Amino acid sequence: MKLTKVLLAAAAATTLSTAAVAGTLDDVRGKGFVQCGVSQGLAGFSNPDEQGNWTGIDVDVCRAVAAAVLGDAGKVKFTPLSAKERFTALQSGEVDVLSRNTTWTLVRDSALGLNFAGVNYYDGQGFMVRKDLGVKSALELDGASVCVNIGTTTELNLSDYFRANSMKFNPVVFEKADEVVAAYDSGRCDVYTTDQSGLAAQRIKLKEPNAHMILPEVISKEPLGPVVRHGDDKWLDTVKWTLYAMVEAEELGVTSKNVDQMKGSSSPNVRRLLGIEGDGGKNLGLSVDWAYNVVKQVGNYGESFERHVGVKTSLGLERGQNALWKDGGLQYAMPVR
Amino acid sequence: MAVETKIAVAPAKPPVWNDPRYRALFFQVLVLGGVILLGAYLVGNTMANLERQGIASGFGFLETTAGFSISQTLVEYSEESSYGRAFLVGLLNTMLVSAIGIFFATILGFIIGVARLSRNWLISNLAAVYIEILRNIPLLLQIFFWYFAVLRNVPSPKNSHSLFDSFFLNIRGLYSPAPVFEAGFWLIPAALVAGIVGIVVLARWAHARQERTGEQFPVFWTSLGILIGLPLLAAVVTGFPLSWNYPELKGFNFVGGMVVIPELVALALALSTYTASFIAEIVRAGITAVSHGQTEAAYSLGLRPGPTLRLVVIPQALRVIIPPLTSQYLNLMKNSSLAAAIAYPDIVLVFAGTVLMQTGQAVEIISITMAVYLTLSLLISAFMNWYNKKMALVER
Repeated sequence: MKLTKVLLAAAAATTLSTAAVAGTLDDVRGKGFVQCGVSQGLAGFSNPDEQGNWTGIDVDVCRAVAAAVLGDAGKVKFTPLSAKERFTALQSGEVDVLSRNTTWTLVRDSALGLNFAGVNYYDGQGFMVRKDLGVKSALELDGASVCVNIGTTTELNLSDYFRANSMKFNPVVFEKADEVVAAYDSGRCDVYTTDQSGLAAQRIKLKEPNAHMILPEVISKEPLGPVVRHGDDKWLDTVKWTLYAMVEAEELGVTSKNVDQMKGSSSPNVRRLLGIEGDGGKNLGLSVDWAYNVVKQVGNYGESFERHVGVKTSLGLERGQNALWKDGGLQYAMPVR
Repeated sequence: MAVETKIAVAPAKPPVWNDPRYRALFFQVLVLGGVILLGAYLVGNTMANLERQGIASGFGFLETTAGFSISQTLVEYSEESSYGRAFLVGLLNTMLVSAIGIFFATILGFIIGVARLSRNWLISNLAAVYIEILRNIPLLLQIFFWYFAVLRNVPSPKNSHSLFDSFFLNIRGLYSPAPVFEAGFWLIPAALVAGIVGIVVLARWAHARQERTGEQFPVFWTSLGILIGLPLLAAVVTGFPLSWNYPELKGFNFVGGMVVIPELVALALALSTYTASFIAEIVRAGITAVSHGQTEAAYSLGLRPGPTLRLVVIPQALRVIIPPLTSQYLNLMKNSSLAAAIAYPDIVLVFAGTVLMQTGQAVEIISITMAVYLTLSLLISAFMNWYNKKMALVER
């Protein structure tokens, strides 16, 4: 009898995790908050501010999802994850959505059992060196020691780039971004490589930020975006359309400040986005005013960008590829109708 | 009456379900079956869930091209090598740092353990301070200390410390000339092997002669002579078929020669100094466990202090020392997995780190990594048990 009880308990324990995976949207509604996987501190993307509140464009995606699903952008709990831990945390159901400057690649989309919900920052990998090295191009880096973060696409791009240009390098691979930066800063490596936005963000942390420069070469495509588990289409739709709603709002000129006036707009596109017309929210399984909540509480994509990484912030990044499609960039929302 | 005799002649066998032997067997089979079923269920459940979530499984990935590079490789490895090869590189790196760590931890531990017993107040208290500090600070912090605090203070490649213009120390590592073997070099290691064989034969002969006649033979000095003399002779005969490849500063770093990376130094230092503090205590316990009467008895037989320690005290102390020493060796080997914190490319960093991230096959990779540590532990354990048996008291 005892044995059967033990067996049953074990069986129940193993199936429990399966049940949690079933419907993330209902799950999130049930528990009343979104569990969001973020970085361990990358300025502009996901970083705690002086008061300990998480801020950044990746954080804004999570807040927007909470606003769309629960009507309150504050109902998010954050789990800081290393590059190495992030996918396991998502796969095992520890987080509902991973918004952690994660590159969309084929292997991750297929073999890892994940789905990318879109791209909230188009990036590319670059190199940072000390100015006094006198290096002007990445092609002069033959024989250099390179500090890099483990478990990133960066690690592979780096090898590919040096191999393609028949150059040699010594990799020094760390598990935490902070250790990579510390090792580079102390001179263990000649070069620090990561996404260009990451270089800009980490440069602020160096002892003498001005003694370093970012080389002009961009050696890879790094589309960064939020990730969810494979096989949960409803939740994928939720995250995907939340992201689109932010981009669409910018395109339509709807901001967190004017969203209430915009409710009275005669433009059918604006009316559909804000839930005055059409069944968008209902079809997604969300409330009618889901996109209104997103824009009202978090802002549109452009607002989020300028607030966290734009030219007026310490990162000082241009919109560049992340401008709207009509301004020559790549940000393009599917029609909300 | 008749009934009574019948019982006395053949006591009724209890039915099978009441026979304690069968009962015991029955329950053992039942429990074992239960465990196997549970295991099968867990494996099946995992497979089904992985499949349902669309996560790849199987061991085919080991033959896929790795595409990343590794900073320290003991066997040939390039970006074009397979994940299986990367696994081998990581495994060898783990074994290298464990072997270095065990070697130095043992020597340092014995010295400090004996120093702790010294009658000299200063020496014994210095040893005590060492032990108390090192064994009471978490190992990870000690690794960070060596790596980020100590080894960060060496100069950049352009201002390297150099010795005879062939050894260079800088923040990228310790560079030394690498030997280049030329034709005919094989004779030297062959001479070395022949020398070792000769020494073993000599030692056996000397031992047998001492048993027979009581005469001693200076085995140690003769052996040393053979060990150095034979290879040297071979080298002279073949005309020193060995040249050196010197490291030189080219561009960013030194090129050529051999390099010991700072990550290896920091990890080996931290592991050996930390474990040495435990070994020192074990050695002290072992030596104190041999009663002083043994020493006195040896002296009264006319043995000098040296042979007394070597032939009487240490063999008995070793019996107490070896079993806990084995545990320390196992700890050291397993602690080497902290390498990941300071970029030493051991199996955890390379295989359970980069390869895991690139393939996403957590179940397989973590299982393999666990199996590796289990196997290495069992091997160390088996060797130490063999050695323990050899050292054990032989009762006549």
